[in-house]
Amino acid sequence: MDSYPRILTKNWETPNSHTLAEAKKAGQYSVLEKCLKMDRQAIKQEVLDSGLRGRGGAGFPAGRKWMFVPDVEKRQGKPVYLICNADESEPGTFKDRYCMWHDPHMLIEGMIIAAYALECKTAYIYLRGEFKYIQDRVDEAIEEAKAAGLLGKNILGTGFDFELYTHQGAGAYICGEETALISSIEGERGQPRLKPPFPAVEGAWGCPTVVNNVETLAVVPWVMAHGAKAYAAIGTEKAAGTKLFSVSGHVMKPGVYEVPMGVPMTTLINDICGGLKPGRTLKAVIPGGSSVPVMTPEEVGKATMDYESIQEVSGSYLGSGGVIVMDDTTDMVSALSNLLRFYAHESCGQCTPCREGVGWMSQILIRLDKGGATEEDIETLLDLANNIHSKTICFFGASAAMPVQSFLQKFKPEFLAKIEAAKANIVPEVVSTTNSEATGSSAGAK
Amino acid sequence: MSSHQPSHREVQSKGHGEIAFSAEQEAEIVTIIAKYPTMRSAVMPLLWIAQRQWGWISHDVCRVVARRLELPPSHVLTVATFYTMFKKTPTGEYLLQVCHTLSCALAGADDLIAHIEDKLGIKAGETTPDGKFSLMRVECLASCGSGPMMQVNDDFYECLDDSRVDGILTAITDGVSLPTPRPEVDQWTHTPVS
Repeated sequence: MDSYPRILTKNWETPNSHTLAEAKKAGQYSVLEKCLKMDRQAIKQEVLDSGLRGRGGAGFPAGRKWMFVPDVEKRQGKPVYLICNADESEPGTFKDRYCMWHDPHMLIEGMIIAAYALECKTAYIYLRGEFKYIQDRVDEAIEEAKAAGLLGKNILGTGFDFELYTHQGAGAYICGEETALISSIEGERGQPRLKPPFPAVEGAWGCPTVVNNVETLAVVPWVMAHGAKAYAAIGTEKAAGTKLFSVSGHVMKPGVYEVPMGVPMTTLINDICGGLKPGRTLKAVIPGGSSVPVMTPEEVGKATMDYESIQEVSGSYLGSGGVIVMDDTTDMVSALSNLLRFYAHESCGQCTPCREGVGWMSQILIRLDKGGATEEDIETLLDLANNIHSKTICFFGASAAMPVQSFLQKFKPEFLAKIEAAKANIVPEVVSTTNSEATGSSAGAK
Repeated sequence: MSSHQPSHREVQSKGHGEIAFSAEQEAEIVTIIAKYPTMRSAVMPLLWIAQRQWGWISHDVCRVVARRLELPPSHVLTVATFYTMFKKTPTGEYLLQVCHTLSCALAGADDLIAHIEDKLGIKAGETTPDGKFSLMRVECLASCGSGPMMQVNDDFYECLDDSRVDGILTAITDGVSLPTPRPEVDQWTHTPVS
């Protein structure tokens, strides 16, 4: 791996890196004044040219999303809102909390620049409810920035007014979906809405709204300070920049790592994360948060960490960069059963295929895992997954279906063996990752 | 009580009786409402204030929030019942929420939960008879690289094993201050040196 700049993590080891004093020492807010005097369109163009793609999971070009916001005449004078998605609930993903914990000012500066470019005067950071302790820290940082004239009225004497607030969620995975997040901040149940209209045209309170992930917004100051070309030079041609990867599961050194896009997946797992425990072999990797298809060791050997390679090699996705590594001690039936329990718990209950189907899939998987299932159950499971995928308002249905489809496609013998073993009353010698007890029902569906 | 999230029909009809926000809370509420273009948006922040004050969200709490925001009480209830963190029944003084989603499960969450159940003499979903502890299995808390982990009220405790959990439970029982949760967070921020 060639040397590369650390963009997001550069201050994380500095003591008190979350304070304004340390942030300023590290160069934060140095590009802000220049940006606030720039032409708004030029900022959007710079972000588009940098190749920065949304880090929440979809990988949509950030600059393009910003350009979707209609101009003041077309939007009939309506205000524009910017919301930072800090709901971070995708299993396997834990990068944004480190960004906000270690360097909240990087995010705040990114939001001020984005808000200026979007002609937005009020923005929110939507944090998941469990991040109360992080919210307190971000609130402190906002207060510090406000006291220093970096937020509020007439920022740095440029005439730009901008208020930034945090908003605490209350435990609902679905609120990470941008239209559900918008419903939630409006004071409703966090249920997704049909697109179009896209939020950039009609979002929060009926006004144009841009929703960006924490990591996406935190990169903006670096892009503006070093230029689009410098950012585009990092990573691959289609996936620019560095990316935070959250690595968990069976590796020696799980954690958050900033590496350039395009690094071989084996380098990330074996070199950067210290590899597997001695004597273990790799069984599977979920590369982009629990919602994306699982990968086999052969696919892992060929893939590099960028959107295109993972999709080409395995049909999976880079997603949020939440890498879950599973070694040969993992019971794949049990692992899938665990994930489907999660999705059954989190379905918002709005669309029937998802509300009923995901719970049904979870019940079948508990049977497959604990005994009592037949081969017909596997057919039913696939049938359900195929009938949920793409048949719901939001992407949640697909997110629950893709793990089922890919586990069955790539690890079917293990499912069949488990059925046979249960019939013969043999307990396989693998670690169980699910508990027989069903947990609380879904967030509001029942 | 159980970990089952009751629907609005199941929310206990007994509640808190006649309650009202304090003058201090009222000042906070005014600031909160000013953050949003509509009063309706303040429903979640107000439910948080109410839960901190009264411990859980009863019909009476919904009515107080509804009155303040000029909303139908049914709307406040419909919001409260959607989100798992708004408690529809009383919980213990210390709410232990242990993550059991895949990464934490791979790291041994189920064994850890069994240990806590043994230690407290209750099952997940229950509260100790003295009202001190409630134990819950919860889904992913974004600590996948430092599992198994649990949230104790507002704080994350990560990289747990039986002895670290014992330390936390003993500190609570003895009424001494809890171990600092923060250093563990920093310990697990590996970044490769380029």
